[in-house]
Amino acid sequence: MSQASEVLVLVERTETGAVRKASLELLTLARRLGTPAAVVFGGADDAVVASLAEYGAATVHAVDDSAVADNPVVPKAEALAQLAGRGGVAAVLVTSGPEGKDVAGRLAVALGSGIVTDAVDVTPGPSGLSVTQSVVAGAWVAVSEVVRGTPVITVRPNAVSAEPAPAAGAPTVETVSVPFSPVATAATVVSRKPKVASGRPELLDAAVVVAGGRGVGSADGFGVIESVADVLGGAVGASRAATDLDWYAHENQIGQTGKTVAPQLYIAGGISGAIQHRAGMQGSKTIVAVNKDPKAPIFTIADFGVVGDLHTVLPQLTEEIGRRRG
Amino acid sequence: MKIVVPVKYVPEPTATWSFGADLLLDRGAVEGRLSELDEYAVEQAVRLVEGGLDAEIVAVTVGPAKATDALRKALAMGATSGVHVLDEAMRGSDALATSLVLAAAIRRTGFDLVVCGMASTDAEMSVLPAMVAARLEVPQVTFAAALSVSGGAVTIRRDSDTASEEITAPLPALVSVTDQTGEARYPAFKAIMASKKKPVTTLSLADLGIAPTYVGLAAAATRIRSLAPRPPRQAGTVVVDEGDGATRIADFLAARGFI
Repeated sequence: MSQASEVLVLVERTETGAVRKASLELLTLARRLGTPAAVVFGGADDAVVASLAEYGAATVHAVDDSAVADNPVVPKAEALAQLAGRGGVAAVLVTSGPEGKDVAGRLAVALGSGIVTDAVDVTPGPSGLSVTQSVVAGAWVAVSEVVRGTPVITVRPNAVSAEPAPAAGAPTVETVSVPFSPVATAATVVSRKPKVASGRPELLDAAVVVAGGRGVGSADGFGVIESVADVLGGAVGASRAATDLDWYAHENQIGQTGKTVAPQLYIAGGISGAIQHRAGMQGSKTIVAVNKDPKAPIFTIADFGVVGDLHTVLPQLTEEIGRRRG
Repeated sequence: MKIVVPVKYVPEPTATWSFGADLLLDRGAVEGRLSELDEYAVEQAVRLVEGGLDAEIVAVTVGPAKATDALRKALAMGATSGVHVLDEAMRGSDALATSLVLAAAIRRTGFDLVVCGMASTDAEMSVLPAMVAARLEVPQVTFAAALSVSGGAVTIRRDSDTASEEITAPLPALVSVTDQTGEARYPAFKAIMASKKKPVTTLSLADLGIAPTYVGLAAAATRIRSLAPRPPRQAGTVVVDEGDGATRIADFLAARGFI
């Protein structure tokens, strides 16, 4: 390829091996920037290839990972570096998250390329790709360009809606062998305990998120939050105060040191709305807050707020929504 | 054994930050501190030693003169000594250059284990640990919720959405720790006084053998083209619950098409 037109997308898989929604979002984004090429670990079976094709992957690079299945980060960075090193690559897109950040960081060093993290949008510009980020705990919007190397960009889940490609063809599937370095196989997983599924949508994928904070008062109190989430088909989140107190699992934490969500509807119960929490949810389309304290900062960003006791208001809300839905 | 903890001097998260005409954060105009997320890294290093590991702890920072405050805090928490890479040419450096300099300083110091925080609270990129590990050519085990060292290996627990995993890597290695590892200590007055006598080595880029052309704004592989405050959200309606709070939320949700 003489022209830099391929956009590499690192594909993330669910526990069952399906393509994560965030990766379909990256393919959708990649179509606007060039020719999408999916990079897959863990085998490219027909179902995976079909789903990547539906979202516009022209090529599927299936990495032979038989030597490294245990330790995904360094091998993924090395595989992407090898593919990008062939030339003709306009950008590498990776989903923002612990693994994505690790892969992207190592890749940027390997390529000597500029890296931009937590993009909320990427558009083609006259002198390269323009990357929009939400920075300083979400208080500022920055637009950046990579001026050296193949741009390595991590993109936030939900920043782009996944849309099937208008004319999806059959992608070329290519098996890629990578001579992994000794460092790639040095770390090993010695034990693994899968989490029990909650039956609710993934926090990052959910259209509705209902979150509780210190005002919930106890671990048992989160039942009130879960009931509202369930009647709306939403996911449950928690502030750092609540996860630090062990009232709710850390993986549900929303904020600077947890997850950044941007659902259609965010309902905050007993969350004061410190800057670190707002950083993780202020991109939500609609925000509703219930808090006892009329001075809580959450009310300054809420579309609708109720000053009151969540233990009174939220159970009534669950009942009211159920009643209206008959 | 030698444990190196990279630490960053960052602006107070709650202060108002301002940016210069070059779109760089004006670090002189705002109060700074040791990044809260790096305190967890210092804390874990100190706990390893308190738990019987025979190790010295070296805190390393790359930053302006005021960044010694971050080193002093790390020393007061229990680090043995500090290294400060101080060079005017660093201003405006991107993550590539910062990781290059940090890795050179760590290599010069010598290390068996590098313990990083999970992210800085200013740039929030969360990629420096991986970049430094890549430059040091050592294994990385990151985002640890718990950490232990024995038999020449480091083992962490990582809690993800789908599983809780124990991952081990032989030393030398790099780990990053999350805010789930345990509250960082508040140094006692005696420890703060004692820390003033602990050695801090100041290094320039020349000391590290790095040409200034590799660092700073001019060498950055990324450029910020524009920076603007996020438009404030439209002020919403706030009502006091008088027994009708739930009904009014339901009305609002219905009007927006959620129910």
